[in-house]
Amino acid sequence: MAEAVERLVPDGSVVAMGTALEPAIPFAAGHELIRQGRRDLTLVGPISDSLFDQLVGAGCVARVCAAWVGNVSEGLGHCYRRAAERGEPRPIEVRDHSNFSISLALWAAAWGSPYLPTRTLLGSDIVTTNPDLVLADGAVLVRPVAPDVTILHVQRADADGHAHLWGPLGISEEAGLAARRVIVCCEELVDAAVVLSDPNRVLLPETKVAAVVHEPGGSHPSPLQGHWRRDHGFYRDYAARSRTPDGFQAWLDEWVRSVPDRRAYLARLDLEPLRVRRRLPSVPADYGDE
Amino acid sequence: MSDGRHTAQELMVAVAAREIRDGDLVFVGMRLPILAYGVARSTHAPRARALYELGLLRDRPPAGFLGTMGDPPNVAGALWATRMSNVMALMAQGEVDLGFIGGAEVDRFGNLNTSYVGDPARPATRLPGSGGGADIAILARRWVTLMAHEPRRLVERVSYVTSPGHGEGEGWRERHGLLGGGPTAIVTTLAVLRFPAGGGEAYLASVHPGHTVEEVRARTGWDLRIAGGVSETPPPTPEELSHIRRLDPEGFWTRRG
Repeated sequence: MAEAVERLVPDGSVVAMGTALEPAIPFAAGHELIRQGRRDLTLVGPISDSLFDQLVGAGCVARVCAAWVGNVSEGLGHCYRRAAERGEPRPIEVRDHSNFSISLALWAAAWGSPYLPTRTLLGSDIVTTNPDLVLADGAVLVRPVAPDVTILHVQRADADGHAHLWGPLGISEEAGLAARRVIVCCEELVDAAVVLSDPNRVLLPETKVAAVVHEPGGSHPSPLQGHWRRDHGFYRDYAARSRTPDGFQAWLDEWVRSVPDRRAYLARLDLEPLRVRRRLPSVPADYGDE
Repeated sequence: MSDGRHTAQELMVAVAAREIRDGDLVFVGMRLPILAYGVARSTHAPRARALYELGLLRDRPPAGFLGTMGDPPNVAGALWATRMSNVMALMAQGEVDLGFIGGAEVDRFGNLNTSYVGDPARPATRLPGSGGGADIAILARRWVTLMAHEPRRLVERVSYVTSPGHGEGEGWRERHGLLGGGPTAIVTTLAVLRFPAGGGEAYLASVHPGHTVEEVRARTGWDLRIAGGVSETPPPTPEELSHIRRLDPEGFWTRRG
């Protein structure tokens, strides 16, 4: 993880994360960005369930391009508020979207379109405050948003980057296709024969994937279908402690700065109650060819 | 809390559930609407279906607690797991009958602000933003919002329209090309406000048990119109309460703060 982030996410990068919404958020990658002291990032996403708040609070972020930033089960993002309201620890620029319009902005980039017209956001002040949205001919024109790098957490992938993500996909496909390159973090690193047995489930072409990181538990505290439940208590604790700048710094020291890697982070948690126990495998599809 | 038998949030869930008609395709938001869908589906709307913006279609809600729409039990047993843009596509075609949106501020025309209090360039309060709220407000055939009834939340005019309601009054949505019909109700901790057919200004339709018209008007930031016959909001039935407490056994959404 440290090497992938060091090599592929320099200061000033446009980074999409949390693209499946509440599940499969690549927290391990986000925490590595904080540990490496990354600066001036532009974060791209739909809703961000606490990860963007942490990166903003750690001073890594210059701009946010998203539909919602907070803590889904607890409410407001306190670091996001301090940055937007008081410029602490540094000012941020926000380009507001709705969930639909950030998806369209990524599809526009993925398809090489100068813009995509839509009826969503007609009558919303979001069109007046985000320069990437233009009202014309009774429609809203959504300009493309192209990430330098999209970071995904998935259930399984092979070493070439063929990734299987299941459950709701959110905006993961368009975020991957729109990006110059993709970092795939996976719960399980598997043989190519496993993922290529079901090519319809392969999320993105291997040409987009610049790195594959085997990072079990890398989505904690967000859920991952078939593997992890959502750790509601962890989100609640984060919300309470991040209310003050000092509280946030103490949280960051405990869970990010003093932790060398994800393995050490997971060792501090009681993981057993979070493991998904009930197995519900799908029936394989038959790709028979003769 | 009205008479100790249920909380304000439990009443709001029951009221929201009754807004769901049998056969509706419902765009379910976070928090109380997740419970409302489960109650409606288990009582009067067994043929309703639910869309979740992250990319899910369901019929039966999962049996137990959901902290978010992306919790694994909400995915297992889904009718469709897909990308967000496919779900939004259905709404953009006018196929979503009812949506729910949480609000921080609402005004007399049902416009919602979940973005900025004060100047967006230097806001007094930065709220989380639209999420899918603006999309629901513009594209769903009708929608309902739920919020705490406080003067700072029910304001004369929102300073920033994240999710447009009836804009500046009757006919505004048509003039601006908005697809859906707009808000039909504001469900608060004290009362239910409704809108005239065709849009326009909210009026007080019913007051929750234990509260008064005077109290509701005093805690509303504009001169709230009153329906001819303001009724008392029917409290949750024992059946509704049993479903709410089955879906939220720890009171995570309905019995804290």
